[in-house]
Order: sequence, then structure tokens, then C-alpha cells
Amino acid sequence: MAQILSPLPGTFYRSASPDQPPYKADGDAVSAGDVIGLIEVMKSFHEVRAETAGTNIRFLADNEDPIMAGAPIADLD
Amino acid sequence: MLKKLLVANRGEIAVRIIRAAQDLGIATVAVYSAADAGSLHVQLADEAVNIGPPAAKKSYLNIEAILKAARDTGCDSVHPGYGFLAENAAFSDAVTGAGLVFVGPSGDAIRMMGDKVSARSAAAAAGVPVVPGSAGRVESLGAGRKVLTETGFPVMIKAAAGGGGRGIRIANSLAEFEQAFPQAEAEALAAFGDGGLYMEKVIGKARHIEVQVLADGSDAIHCYERECSLQRRRQKVWEEAPSRALSDELREALCASAVALAKAVKYSGAGTVEYLYDDEADRFYFIEMNTRIQVEHPVTEAITGIDLVAEMLRVAGGERLRIRQGDVSVKGHAIEVRLNAEDPAKEFAPFPGQVAELRIPGGPGVRFDSMLYQGYQVPPFYDSLLAKLIVHAETREAAIMRLIRALNELKIGGLKTTKPLFLALAADPAVRTGDVHTRWLEGWLIENAAALAG
Repeated sequence: MAQILSPLPGTFYRSASPDQPPYKADGDAVSAGDVIGLIEVMKSFHEVRAETAGTNIRFLADNEDPIMAGAPIADLD
Repeated sequence: MLKKLLVANRGEIAVRIIRAAQDLGIATVAVYSAADAGSLHVQLADEAVNIGPPAAKKSYLNIEAILKAARDTGCDSVHPGYGFLAENAAFSDAVTGAGLVFVGPSGDAIRMMGDKVSARSAAAAAGVPVVPGSAGRVESLGAGRKVLTETGFPVMIKAAAGGGGRGIRIANSLAEFEQAFPQAEAEALAAFGDGGLYMEKVIGKARHIEVQVLADGSDAIHCYERECSLQRRRQKVWEEAPSRALSDELREALCASAVALAKAVKYSGAGTVEYLYDDEADRFYFIEMNTRIQVEHPVTEAITGIDLVAEMLRVAGGERLRIRQGDVSVKGHAIEVRLNAEDPAKEFAPFPGQVAELRIPGGPGVRFDSMLYQGYQVPPFYDSLLAKLIVHAETREAAIMRLIRALNELKIGGLKTTKPLFLALAADPAVRTGDVHTRWLEGWLIENAAALAG
């Protein structure tokens, strides 16, 4: 099992905008380089990408959660 | 006079408003998100209320939570600061509807100035020069061709429903215009569900000059102008007052036009009328009116000696304007720079973190408006403004020397800030002579990227 950690502190978003579906749903497979969410830091937005491929992503952080750098965002099998 | 004020904001502007209120003997209530419990505005206010989680949408933009805090603490008034809900007409209406005083203009005034087409019409009706262009929507290509006689080339074709730089096309010739117009119409329809277009002349090299106004609903005065031409991504980074580009004659005409607009819309409180100034044509054009106190208000306070936030509070408390136009005069020159938690060496990447060391500049002619203290943890959830350094001296040259001196005194340890940018700009020959325009800094940043990184 692998974990995806937040590279930055800020607010975590699971989709590109409120009217878009989430980048990934729980249970989805993930390829290395896939965008799995956004972190908003001081009004600028940064994509979070998976560093390794995996199956069955399970999000630990909810949409709009405040998050610290290094905190786990999701588990991957 | 107001008795108890809720400050619906955070950061340096909340601190600034609390200070002005306390100077007038008005009790203060701070509101804060869970991320700001230890912040300076919470420490300085007489009372503080937690209004929700860190996300601004759930706290500083939460109208219900703010009104509840005001009711629970017995406030009679609300100051919105800048940003967040400051130019939200529904918030102004909601505060008034709750029986409280909104320290700012009415919801209707905010709505009129917030809509680009109605603001432009109001300005034109008050005799304020607007950027040459269509009177309203351009209904057809043929109608557009007629507007070209007013604008010449290049011309901007803008989506009426657009904004924030979206839905704009520029045509440099009639052939380009005839090709671009139907494309712009189709794009606007697809993007905004509204194919309506309007047209404006492109002002090539322009300065951003704005006039501070104070009004009480019937009378209005100006407090002269500020120049804010140094911008990055349409964000001002360095502001000064007065503008060296204007002749005395044009300055009087510019300021008089701002007063005419404020009176025409029966404005109340502090506001700013923004213009583009075209050096070559020696003409100014209305862009928009901001219905709030602005970040850069201290440069005006420095040269006029007027406490703008205190005057806002007095007018909101029911007083007539105390200051007559003839009492307002300019003394010396002031410059403000915005110290942001951003790394100029890395394309201004945000840099939240802890203030490990803090040395604040002082001495004659130096003002430092900030929410920083040693050990303060800068949260990542809000904008990156940490502090405003304002210097005032007899001349512009002396103000730049004083700015360099004060920047060298300033030390913010543990964070990357925009201080190196301002030391480099203060030494630049074009900045020294004031030979700049609104797109100048973007080019300068590309040319000086290596120096900023080193």
C-alpha cells in the first residue's frame, strides 16, 4: 500500500471546480502522473499528482479540508 | 457616533480598522476563522468571535455567521474592510436589513458600480471621460464598424457577460475585426450563454491613476490621486501619491471628475475612482469605481494628513463630512510597497510559514501596517499580504531613499517575501524617474529574473 501526501499546506479540493466531477472516485485505479486533486495556497492553485500507479484509491482528506504539508491525502493499493 | 463595531475581515486591514475605531472610542469585535485564533486582530479587539472553519467560504464569506456574531455581541455597525464581502451588495443590504450600520455605501451603489456597463454609463452621464467605445452592446458587425470611427485600432471586442480578462479579443485592422467579431460572438455565447459584445479602444501605454473620494451621501470631496502603475498580473505591488505624471491643471480636472461621479451617485463613505492615463495623448479615462477602503489608502493619508478609516466611521455614524475641499492639501510624497509571503526568485510562489524573527523599520516618515508578530504562523488559506511599508518624505527622490533605508531595516525571518523585489525596483533607473506604465513591470520581471533568483 502507498500513500499520497500533500506537497503543500492549504485547502484541498477533489475537483477542478465546484461544478466538475471529482478527478478520482474512491476505488478508481490511478496511473503515475494522474491529477488526483488541487491544493489552494494563498489563492493560487496547485495540482496534486500521483507519483506511482496504483489501484483502489481511497481518499483520507475530504473536499475543502484544510491540509498541512506532508499530511496524507489518499491511500493506494 | 457608532458605539460598537464588528470588523468583518482579517489580517492587516482588520488591525487597521480596529485601531481607527479605538482611537474614536468605539468598542470593537473581531471575527476569526479557526485558522486565525492566534492572530493580531483577535488580540487587539475588545472581543472576538469564532465564525467557522479556515475556508473563507465557511467563515469570512459567511454572511449568516457574521450577522449572528454582530447580534450576539450587541454591535451597532459592521466594517467590511477590503476583499471578502466588502463589495458584496447583498452583504450591505443584509447588514442594513438586520438594523445595523454598514460602514460603506448602500447595496444599490455597490450594484451600480459593480456592473461594468452601468458604471460606465453613470460615469459618462456625470461628464467623466470613459475609454472611447460603444455606448452599450454592439448588436451587429455593421454597428461595430460604426464604433470603429470612435475607437480606431487596435480595438478590444469584449463579452458583455465576461470578466476577469476572459472573453476579450483584440483586432489591429478592419480585416481582423471583421474576422474576429463573429468568432467573439460565438465564443461569448458558448462560454457565457450570452453572445452580447461591446467594444473599447486599446490604450497602449497607460498609467493607473486613481482618485480617493470621501462622501456623506450629499457632499463629496477628493483627497487627490495615487499612481499604481507597477503591477504584476493586474495586482498592484507599489503605489505612490501624488502621481508625478500629471500637470496641476490635469490633476484638478481628474480629481473634479471623481467628485462629480461621487455626487452624481449620492455616494457615501470612502471610495476610489480608477482611471487610465495616456501620457502621449495627455488624457485620462474612467475604468471603474471601487466602493471600499483600498489596500493603498495609507499613501493618501501620508500626504494629506487625513485618517480615511476614521472619516469612514464618522460618516457611517451619521456625521456630515467634517473636511472641506479647501482644507485638503498635498504635502510631500509617499510610497507604499506590499510585502507578500511570496518568493520572487521562484515566480512568486506562495510561502506560508512561521515568522522566526521580526525587525520592524521605524524613524521619521516610516509607517508599517501589518498583522505580523514574532512567532506568528502565516496560514496558507488567505491572500499573501503580510505587511505594507509606507514611507513619506519631502520629495519623491527622498521618499525612494527612505524606502531603501526602511527596507534594509526590515527583517522578516523564516519566510520568503517580496522585499528583494522592492530593493531592486528602488534602484532601477526607470522607477527612479517614474518612467513606467501598467505593463512595464511584467517585462522588467522577465529581464531581471536571473537577478531576482540570485
